[in-house]
Amino acid sequence: MNTQKSAPPLFDRALVGPAIKDSFRKLDPRSLAHNPVIFITALVSLLATVLFARSLFSGGERLLFSAQVIVWLWFTVLFANFAEAIAEGRGKAQAASLRKTKTETVAKRLKSAEGKEYTQVPAPQLKPGDLVLVETGDIIPSDGEVVLGVATVDESAITGESAPVIRESGGDRSAVTGGTRVLSDQVVVRITAAAGSSFIDRMIALVEGASRQKTPNEIALNILLAGMSLIFVFAVATIPSFATYAGGSVPVIMLVALFVTLIPTTIGALLSAIGIAGMNRLVRFNVLAMSGRAVEAAGDVDTLLLDKTGTITLGNRQAAEFITLQGVDDKELADAAQLASLSDETPEGRSVVVLAKEKYGMRGRELAGLHARFITFSAQTRMSGVDLDGHAIRKGAVDAIVDYVQTSGGEIAHGAQFNSIAQRATLKELKEEADKISRAGGTPLAVAKDGRVLGLIYLKDIVKGGIRERFAELRRMGIRTVMVTGDNPLTAAAIAAEAGVDDFLAQAKPEDKLALIRKEQSEGKLVAMCGDGTNDAPALAQADVGVAMQTGTVAAREAGNMVDLDSDPTKLIEIVGIGKQLLMTRGALTTFSISNDVAKYFAIIPAMFAAIYPPLNKLNIMHLATPQSAILSAIIFNALIIIALIPLALRGVKYRPIGAGPLLTRNLLVYGVGGVIVPFIGIKAIDLFVSAVGLA
Amino acid sequence: MTINGWVQILIYFVLLTVLTRPLGGFMYRVFDGQPTWISRVLGPVERGFYKLAGVDAKSEQYWTGYALAMLVFNLVCFVTLYLLQLYQNLLPLNPQGMSGLTSDLAFNTAISFVTNTNWQSYGGETTMSYLTQMLGLTVHNFVSAATGIALAMALVRGFARRSSKTVGNFWVDLTRCTLYVLLPIAIVAALFLVWQGMPQNLSAYTDVNTLEGAKQTIAQGPVASQIAIKMLGTNGGGFFNANAAHPFENPNSLTDFVQITLIFLIPAALTNVFGRMVKSQLQGWAIYSAMAVLFFAGVTACYWAESQGNPQFAALGVDQQASSLQAGGNMEGKEARFGIARSTLFATITTDASCGAVNSWHDSYTPLGGMIPLINIQLGEVIFGGVGAGLYGMLLYAIIAVFIAGLMVGRTPEYLGKKIEAKEVKMTMLAILCLPLSILGFTALASVMPQGLAGLGNNGPHGFSEILYAYTSATGNNGSAFGGLSANTKFYNITLALAMMIGRFALIVPMLAVAGSLAAKKYTPPSAGTFPTNGGLFIALLVGVVLIVGGLTYFPALALGPIVEHYSMLAGNLY
Repeated sequence: MNTQKSAPPLFDRALVGPAIKDSFRKLDPRSLAHNPVIFITALVSLLATVLFARSLFSGGERLLFSAQVIVWLWFTVLFANFAEAIAEGRGKAQAASLRKTKTETVAKRLKSAEGKEYTQVPAPQLKPGDLVLVETGDIIPSDGEVVLGVATVDESAITGESAPVIRESGGDRSAVTGGTRVLSDQVVVRITAAAGSSFIDRMIALVEGASRQKTPNEIALNILLAGMSLIFVFAVATIPSFATYAGGSVPVIMLVALFVTLIPTTIGALLSAIGIAGMNRLVRFNVLAMSGRAVEAAGDVDTLLLDKTGTITLGNRQAAEFITLQGVDDKELADAAQLASLSDETPEGRSVVVLAKEKYGMRGRELAGLHARFITFSAQTRMSGVDLDGHAIRKGAVDAIVDYVQTSGGEIAHGAQFNSIAQRATLKELKEEADKISRAGGTPLAVAKDGRVLGLIYLKDIVKGGIRERFAELRRMGIRTVMVTGDNPLTAAAIAAEAGVDDFLAQAKPEDKLALIRKEQSEGKLVAMCGDGTNDAPALAQADVGVAMQTGTVAAREAGNMVDLDSDPTKLIEIVGIGKQLLMTRGALTTFSISNDVAKYFAIIPAMFAAIYPPLNKLNIMHLATPQSAILSAIIFNALIIIALIPLALRGVKYRPIGAGPLLTRNLLVYGVGGVIVPFIGIKAIDLFVSAVGLA
Repeated sequence: MTINGWVQILIYFVLLTVLTRPLGGFMYRVFDGQPTWISRVLGPVERGFYKLAGVDAKSEQYWTGYALAMLVFNLVCFVTLYLLQLYQNLLPLNPQGMSGLTSDLAFNTAISFVTNTNWQSYGGETTMSYLTQMLGLTVHNFVSAATGIALAMALVRGFARRSSKTVGNFWVDLTRCTLYVLLPIAIVAALFLVWQGMPQNLSAYTDVNTLEGAKQTIAQGPVASQIAIKMLGTNGGGFFNANAAHPFENPNSLTDFVQITLIFLIPAALTNVFGRMVKSQLQGWAIYSAMAVLFFAGVTACYWAESQGNPQFAALGVDQQASSLQAGGNMEGKEARFGIARSTLFATITTDASCGAVNSWHDSYTPLGGMIPLINIQLGEVIFGGVGAGLYGMLLYAIIAVFIAGLMVGRTPEYLGKKIEAKEVKMTMLAILCLPLSILGFTALASVMPQGLAGLGNNGPHGFSEILYAYTSATGNNGSAFGGLSANTKFYNITLALAMMIGRFALIVPMLAVAGSLAAKKYTPPSAGTFPTNGGLFIALLVGVVLIVGGLTYFPALALGPIVEHYSMLAGNLY
């Protein structure tokens, strides 16, 4: 079901090259300014460089050491740029394949709605409201709505799905996407998207990260990080005067090194990469989020509205059993049911034929030799059947069949065996059996032959395999699932119980869906839903996360804040997971980054002050070789940890549906406590290397 | 450390925990506007005040209105107190004929009492007239405490309310707090203290001839009435210069015990009020527990450090062991009647809460023992903390903790059903930022300026600690002095007053903005995916964030002060 595209390798060689180039390009102050922590880092690196250049001329001590620290300071900035560049690069690779399809299409703009006359105009010149003719083999020039005709369309450019789809005017299949190709027939399309804002344009912009705007939580986190950086400005900027009091001084390069290692560079460097990677993960699942806000909201979803059909149950009901009434032979019912269904090409009809074959060994009969007259299903009669060798066989909704038997019973000779008392008993039995089926979540179909009711076909809604486990998983995530269905409450309750959803909305009309969302939201809950039809649009717009199906109408796609290219409603569950993963990754790396400071203090403070107060060497608990190697090791660790954590930032922290408490405990241990311990080991290891090689 | 010492510490803590719930319940009713058992008596008084002041008790304020009312009230308080000190020589109730204060000292003291700091650049018995002590200082002990509690209530309402525009009425909170909570407890406590031998009179000082024939002036005055609220309101400004080490201000062990109980009484109860207001007392107990963990960490470290004594003395063969004959450890600057345990317990409590009363001289503590009070204040006065200030300080830390770690459960951060978003983070960081800015900034200034260095009693790291402690105490609105620093100079009076103002108002205004923003938010009900903030995990997280965010900032400064002094002491260098 899932068409998840495999993730490209984290460090694809084709991506690394351009990413390195981009890391330098991103040194542009305008680009750096988006990220306060890295901007400050670049600023102090520049300051250190200027001071170094001055001391090159005026002479100074330990120039080689200063030079090394400065090089690593710049590496810190470059690594941060690299993290962002590589995340963007992965998106760009996806965008490039999209762009290939977006060739310079020439559109056939119709002069009038009725006529066939058209002028050729380049696609970018189309305005919303223009009517264009798209014929076999043409590429649809822009997003629009079919207003005339029906055609098969190859949408593989967008969805990756090679099977063509049908697009026709009116109804829920009228939306067409620019860049897709008409395979047969012709349609008239009314353009709905302005130039540059078509679906494919937005898609390219999104995956490239070009139109990426900071999400609310990202903004808040950036403020926190900027605030923490400011606190460390105070902590470091006051040191020179403290040192002066103590009768010594601290070289600027050491202050810069302390400052850069203390401010949360790790999370600052990886923050935008995490956001871009989250978007890309969605794209790999063939879901396009129209805003990062929607992805964050997905992580917060409390209530999930799921349509029954296609999401919880397989799209089609299947015959599961034949239930005969008293005095009727099993085989007779099966035989009649099969005969009545022979011409029924719906999956339900076919499943009746199959059931009769499997259970009673009745082979499908050749239609041609039977001289049969088939009666097709209509909304008025609500039954179908066959007249064959003087027998009339009908199957259909229970009340329809009862009506049929009562009104037509007298006309057929064989039916005359009914007397009214027996008829009433049969009716009662029929109703009871039918209710039993309804309560079990099935749909009863009655079968009658020659005005005599033989029994029922139990059409069962087949709940998708594994869906119950997924709902249990969602419950552990703290998400309530609500099934929405047009079925009667009895049937709905039975399916809800079987599928394990928390609640259901039966006999639902689109307004009911909207009302339910509003009610949930008034209780402060965030609601996610998916839909495809135009009548879903209000609910999609109201929901906090509205996933529109790619097969849906333009209205639905405009109303939702995500589009699922595979049109697979179960994907909501994955979307929620991705949202959570994005938030968790941010939290984990922030915690890690801040916890790191403990070790960095123990590396740098003794190194910084040992010249003034030798007793402070006691704080050098890592036994780093020299003050210079200690500072160099800390700053190298600080830079390398960014590179080391890029894979985690891109891949995301794994979400486990184990409840908030255990999850937090786990992550706090890994990223909080781990964040305290890891740098002690890392800095010591780097120090051993630095002093062995003789760098400081 | 002795078992006797620990038993006393534990008895204290158990008593505090027992008192928290009943007082919390009472205060909840007070601040929720419900009638209490003393409403029958005080209700008419309360309504009389509103009528007199033209306050509509039913109408509530936006956070901005609340902040404005608070600022205007404090400005008026400041001006009257300033003038009262300046011209006390012209006013009655001045049997000792004290002269008016210098303008910088009056400025410093007025700011000090308005901000609930009670930093004292003056000696009480040699500077202040009885009128100033009673009408000025004691009154402000009440209203500055009530201001703090009112502000905390505004923030708690922000969490408790749903989609509300208002956070309460400052005038009502101020009145109800003073009338129903502070006054009754203070009256009972003052009577108890008088019974235990504390003076309460308006007489002139008594001159006596001592047994040795020397002449001694015995200072006295309306002491008990001021001491009760000094402790209850975590003010800490002593009637006498020696503060709670003075026999008239702290006659015996029992008064000492009652006084330290009064310090933590309201801050502890407020955690329960918080829990009740957000409809889960467990939430309150979680905050209480985080505070308790930090309290025990502090008292253990301080008690241990002081019990160890000075290794240099040990090397000279001095017996520093505790025994029935002596308290043992480092007794310099401590009252023999209180000993190590009760001195360090007092020191920890007075600096955990922003009280600042002292019964021993923190300047004389061992380097590490003296570092604990310093750290306690630097963490932001959130270990129970000042009345009100402790709770809102801790809740701001909780916002940060939830924001950082809350993300790790895969939801955008929320605390008590309120989403923590950019605005709350911005305002919280603004509030938290002002502490290191003031503490480190002013210390950096004073440690290089001649005016700053002029006041030092010691050189080297210990002198540095004295400066650091002064600005830490002022910014944290604690008011205790490390000692050793002659702070009654123009430079210190003005810079310390600025530090006190930053520590109070620069924190309060953004905090109220958080309150207003939270109150307006809708409530998100918790689910299995919500990070539970009432369990051990949250407590550990909160403690961790307080230590890392609050503590790491000061590590370089501490390294150059008490830490290096400690290692130097071990190496044989004393300062």
